[in-house]
Amino acid sequence: MWTIRGPLDRRLYGAIAVGSFALWLLVWWAVAALQIVDPLFLPGPGAVLRRFVTWWRDGDLLQDARISVFRVMAGFLASAALALPLGLAIGAYRPVRAFFEPLLEFSRYLPAVAFVPVVLLWAGIGEASKITVIWIGTFFQMVLMLSEDVARVPVPQVDAARTLGATGPEVVALVLLRSALPAMFDTLRITLGWAWTYLVVAEMVAADSGLGYAILKAQRFLQTDRIFVGIIVIGLIGLATDQALRWCHRRLFPWAGVRAT
Amino acid sequence: MGKYFHTPDGSFEALHDISFGAAAGEFVAIVGASGCGKSTLLRIIAGLESLSSGAVLVDQRAIAGPDRDRAMVFQDYSLYPWLTVLGNIRFSQRLRANGRDRRGADAGGAAERSLLLLELMGLQRVRDAYPNELSGGMRQRVAIARALLNQPELLLMDEPFGALDAQTREVMHDLILHIVAFERRTIVFVTHDVEEAVYLADRVIVLAPGPGHVDSIWATELPPAAERTQEMKRAPEFLVIERRILDRIRATSGVQKDLDALHRLTRGSTAA
Repeated sequence: MWTIRGPLDRRLYGAIAVGSFALWLLVWWAVAALQIVDPLFLPGPGAVLRRFVTWWRDGDLLQDARISVFRVMAGFLASAALALPLGLAIGAYRPVRAFFEPLLEFSRYLPAVAFVPVVLLWAGIGEASKITVIWIGTFFQMVLMLSEDVARVPVPQVDAARTLGATGPEVVALVLLRSALPAMFDTLRITLGWAWTYLVVAEMVAADSGLGYAILKAQRFLQTDRIFVGIIVIGLIGLATDQALRWCHRRLFPWAGVRAT
Repeated sequence: MGKYFHTPDGSFEALHDISFGAAAGEFVAIVGASGCGKSTLLRIIAGLESLSSGAVLVDQRAIAGPDRDRAMVFQDYSLYPWLTVLGNIRFSQRLRANGRDRRGADAGGAAERSLLLLELMGLQRVRDAYPNELSGGMRQRVAIARALLNQPELLLMDEPFGALDAQTREVMHDLILHIVAFERRTIVFVTHDVEEAVYLADRVIVLAPGPGHVDSIWATELPPAAERTQEMKRAPEFLVIERRILDRIRATSGVQKDLDALHRLTRGSTAA
């Protein structure tokens, strides 16, 4: 079992995973119940669950979740709409890569949080500003990763097409794009996960609804149980979309493996 | 129909003053020590790499980049994983250069020919399989069929059987001879396996490194492709030519120096 890269029986794997989850849940419960940490700082699982129920029933958890999903998806899709063609061009043509790479490599380190006041000035207090923050957080990584996916298409695939009479654009559309598509889909799945982590930042920009807004408001009133519910709900939505996209990947590209992340 | 080329190449002189030709329907093999530039030469003929001086002429027209008249088969990783075997073979039909916009009789002809090639290569049973389900030998058969679909003037093969085991390679040799007898195409075939080169080719060109240049050209003088058999690999005439070519390669490769050093090492240790 402990040989490096050795196999592990599926059921044993599942048992360990479930057991680990239960263990952490237990540790959480114990730490809270025994008041090892002040319950204000660390509400127990019971308190978090109760808050979830009341928020769902009496509050507007569903609406908050819905508007947050909208913002994340809009920002993500806006990123993808620009990153896909640009990533393809950068991966295919070296001059294009030379032109954009310095700018993009620099931009990926810019902290999206720092842009919040600027975005407020540029895009106002409506939905556009929140979507823009999410765009800033995802676009630069996405373009670079997508261009890498395209650059990793095996050279013989490209050369074979050329010796069959393919023109440059035909190679890009019929070989590079099709060959890199499974990897690009995976890149989108991974960057969607990152997009979720920018939700709270985005909803700092004059929001009055949404899960991030609810978390920020709860911070101000020190309602840590509400903060926990918000974080966990975001995590669950992210997990659900990730699993859904993995499933889609298997159906769309049966010949390709899914990336480990 | 013939092909000639002269090629010095690059600021690091990879190839120097290469000049030879191939007649229509001829099978030319290129062999040589590692680093002699045989793959580079093949890629230049394909148009995938550029020349510093000289030209590649096909039918007395200079080439200008890769095109469908010079189809190439690579050693591996060239099949399209999202297409089935039949899809891969028919891939060239999606390209405008091959009349993607054509209708009617011509389009039908290509479909018929693809089924013929499927049969010729023994791929009928896997026509709807994906490349990742196939063995290396089968994948190379698909690659060859794909290259042949549009009846290129020149078929270029870059160590196509290098990644296969010896038994599969023997099967592929007879398959190639079968195709040559059937299709009568001009073939330029790069390999490091001299026996393979002599068995398949009409002429063998030996390239030597430092910088790459033509060392010698040998005619194999074997019966026509359709009549060659595996037993001929043991015939005296065959072995003589093979031995001489191997000696030329050894003489030009610097292997002799390594062997001498090895001898001195082992003699030294037994003495101690």
